[in-house]
Amino acid sequence: MIEVKGLNKSFGDHHVLKNIDAQFHKGQVNIIIGQSGSGKTVLTKCMVGLHDADSGTIEYDGRDFASMTFKEKKLVRQDIGMLFQAGALFDSMTVEDNIMFPLSMFTDQTQKERKERAQFCLDRVNLTNAGKLYPSELSGGMKKRVAIARAISVRPKYLFCDEPNSGLDPKTGLVIDELIKDITEEFDITTIVITHDMNSVIEIGENIQFIYKGEKWWEGSKEEILRTNNQEVVDFVYASKFMKKVRADLAK
Amino acid sequence: MFSYERRMANFSRNYMSIFFHIGQYILWMGRVFKRPEKRSIYRQRIFEEIQNVGYASIGLVALVSIFMGAVLTIQLAYNISSPLIPIYTVGLGVRDSLILEFSPTIISIILAGKVGSSIAGEIGTMRVTDQIDALDIMGVNSTGYLVGPKMIAAIICNPFIVIMSISLGIFGGYMAGVLTGEVSGTDYIYGIQYWFQPFYITYALIKTVVFAAIITTVPAYFGYHASGGALEVGKASTVSVVYSIVIILTFNLILTQMLLQ
Repeated sequence: MIEVKGLNKSFGDHHVLKNIDAQFHKGQVNIIIGQSGSGKTVLTKCMVGLHDADSGTIEYDGRDFASMTFKEKKLVRQDIGMLFQAGALFDSMTVEDNIMFPLSMFTDQTQKERKERAQFCLDRVNLTNAGKLYPSELSGGMKKRVAIARAISVRPKYLFCDEPNSGLDPKTGLVIDELIKDITEEFDITTIVITHDMNSVIEIGENIQFIYKGEKWWEGSKEEILRTNNQEVVDFVYASKFMKKVRADLAK
Repeated sequence: MFSYERRMANFSRNYMSIFFHIGQYILWMGRVFKRPEKRSIYRQRIFEEIQNVGYASIGLVALVSIFMGAVLTIQLAYNISSPLIPIYTVGLGVRDSLILEFSPTIISIILAGKVGSSIAGEIGTMRVTDQIDALDIMGVNSTGYLVGPKMIAAIICNPFIVIMSISLGIFGGYMAGVLTGEVSGTDYIYGIQYWFQPFYITYALIKTVVFAAIITTVPAYFGYHASGGALEVGKASTVSVVYSIVIILTFNLILTQMLLQ
């Protein structure tokens, strides 16, 4: 479990995160939603240590990340897998080498063992024959799946996904969502997904945190978010005509 | 605000920015020298970078050096019109010019353009596409992993490149002298052997090693701290080459004063 307590972060005079308290549960897909510029990505970057928080604590299974030594932080980071918006695959490496990279860096596995693990991860994301391709030869959806394969190659305890289905067609987005959900359950990891996409929230969301203007505004389940009367959440969730119709149908 | 005050404000801001970059560069370089996560991977990266930073530049350096030596010979021969100055001094002048200045400094400036822009572009692109963040999140020391092997590769390769440049420059001068008839082969060879100071080679190699570190780390610094998109990466690449050249020229002056006193 990851627990954030009283987290504050400013850039100059701009107070981006205001006293955020949130819990992200193990074995669940925890979703952070909010408008663009609300502070979702900054919150995630603080959680993985890419930004230093001004105040507050981030606890990984009870261990405060900020008070850890450099070496301890490095060890925690080896338990973190992250799926970036654009995949962030290393261009100069093949898909197989991308997946094997963290294994080569942090394990003493032989080349044969690393290759087997990479192939297992590729099979898991349904890209069995993509190992020899370069990232430039992959479609957007394939890049995301390779990024997931790389993230799970080190058997992470925590998986962060930054807008995993942005730029993808709805069908491919659904495949990625299902993959994230399956992996979370299969490996019993703490998954945190940042998204704008209400389809993802409805499909895979279990513990949803709504960030509004840098504050943790609301939290609940996917059933609760559809029925909440919190005005800011309603404005966000039912922004499209289609969702307005869904709300009207729900009211009936 | 009065224009004088505005100019002063701009002046102090620019200078503060330079001090900020110097401080940040020194702290950032400290991370390059941290213990690598896995030595075998870093060793492999050094061999890859020797290919990128060194081997790939050999053709350009060879071409520039041959022409540089040829032009130096023709210019020196043209300017030595006094019968009191023996013609073999052309060989001596070409040799010393190449060893002391042209090969270590000019070739380093050319490499700052070729290799430096490529490094800034590569690392800058990795920054804006989150690849560096991905390394950091994995627990990899991204600065050490990306910059260390490039710097070591350049420090290993560039002395060989500069020795090659000196040799080819002298060869180019010989060919130009003989083919134009300005200097005979015998005079030229006598000139390049005349009053040779072995320390000049040491001086050239010391400069080359310092410049190799500048050529790789300054562009890497600008690429690493790039933000935004393709436009910013392009700007970082241009700025890094300009800074590299200015820093090379400054260190050239300092090292020359220190070593040739």
